[in-house]
Amino acid sequence: MSASVLYDEPGPKTRRRIFLWSVVSALVVLGLVVLGLVQFAKHGQLDAEKWAPFTQWPIWEYLLVGLLGTLEAAAYVAVLSAVAGIFLALGRLSRVRPLRWLATGYIEIARTLPVLLMIYVTLFALPSAGVNLPLLWKLVLPLTVANAAAFAEIFRAGILALPKGQSEAAVSLGLSGGQTMRFVVLPQAVRHVTPSLVSQLVSLLKDTSLGYIVAFTELLYRAQVLSAYNHLLVQTFLVVTFIYLVCNGFLSFVAHRLQGWRRKREPEGTNG
Amino acid sequence: MAALLDNLVPLLQGLSATLWMAVLSAVGALVLGVIVTAMRVSPIPVLRGVAFAYVQLFLNVPLLALLVLFVFALPDAGLLMPLPMTAVVVLVIYEAAYVAEAVRSGVNTVALGQAEAARALGLTFRQTLGSVILPQALRAVVQPVGNVMIALVMNTSLFAAVGIVELTAAANKTNLIHAQPIPIFVGAGLTYMALALLIGLGTGWLERRVAILR
Repeated sequence: MSASVLYDEPGPKTRRRIFLWSVVSALVVLGLVVLGLVQFAKHGQLDAEKWAPFTQWPIWEYLLVGLLGTLEAAAYVAVLSAVAGIFLALGRLSRVRPLRWLATGYIEIARTLPVLLMIYVTLFALPSAGVNLPLLWKLVLPLTVANAAAFAEIFRAGILALPKGQSEAAVSLGLSGGQTMRFVVLPQAVRHVTPSLVSQLVSLLKDTSLGYIVAFTELLYRAQVLSAYNHLLVQTFLVVTFIYLVCNGFLSFVAHRLQGWRRKREPEGTNG
Repeated sequence: MAALLDNLVPLLQGLSATLWMAVLSAVGALVLGVIVTAMRVSPIPVLRGVAFAYVQLFLNVPLLALLVLFVFALPDAGLLMPLPMTAVVVLVIYEAAYVAEAVRSGVNTVALGQAEAARALGLTFRQTLGSVILPQALRAVVQPVGNVMIALVMNTSLFAAVGIVELTAAANKTNLIHAQPIPIFVGAGLTYMALALLIGLGTGWLERRVAILR
């Protein structure tokens, strides 16, 4: 439902009212922005010399190396948890009862544990048990544990959304259960949930900011180191927030486009 | 086990901090989220744009980056509040974006005829939204909003990273002193799972109570 069905095509009087309210709300927004800027200016946060470092390449290079670390960690987490997610989804849908219980139990537990708690476990509990992972894996392992469950639920939704006729047709063609899954069900299911997968990628990229706690070289951690060095906390963290916004905004945009494209290609009711 | 029992008081204090901050943030996020949704479907273009930008901003920026920005950086600009309050405010504005997304998907599930009927009866936009669309939309999104609330409780653990002693921080501190990771972290984990289960059961019950059977 688009927004416009909520109200009639505005007449002259309503158009005037809408215009009036537009002006009022624009003024309120503008007022808030000005208020913020005045507050910033009062404390000297808008001074040119405080923003000047961010026009220089070395600072950006420093932060972009951090972004590279973010992307590296995100790539590891994405690949590992997508693979684990497929197996967990298949396990949860399996006819073998112990397998189903195991997968269901894992998914339900991993979904309800805070990631930070898992990171503390890898940081402080595992080393005392003799498992001291490299820095990257101290971030990647807990994130994978958490995201595998999320990916599993996405894949499961995709598999369940596929019409039964698909797997029935495959079985009647003489394909085995495994072949049906591999050649018929999974390819369609994965295509079906691509937008959700990209959205999960956004959430996962956001999660890598926990590298700040692990002291892994990613964007937020580098920002912290940089701000400790140049004492420009406000500017540094605003710039970093902006970088996150640009990267994830791009991914969200891709997810949105994929969804629109899917809807156009597959009109309501038909599936796969 | 002994480590868990000996440190029950600080751990319970951590739990109570988690609980009150989660409840406060949940209420705030629900209210703000519904307001943002209303703005997003309103006839006023400026409000629609602001709400859209708001949701996009907070869906795409990590909570930890926001927490660090608000707790460590903004005091330099003279914006200083008590630490738990700052954290709650950040969580409210962050999760409100997710609530708004969930509620908007609920608005989309309300049948077109409902809005058309409301308009045919001569209801204004505010009446249509307030007494026809939102009541039905909110009933349809009990489960998704419940999931957002579970995520909100999990996200309170990030407060530990900015120096608030809630359950995760309390567990970590206790472990650093006593080096008994297994009982302490398992205990904290089970507590979070119990909280999530409680919210899940609560939303399940609520959904059965308010769902519209068609």
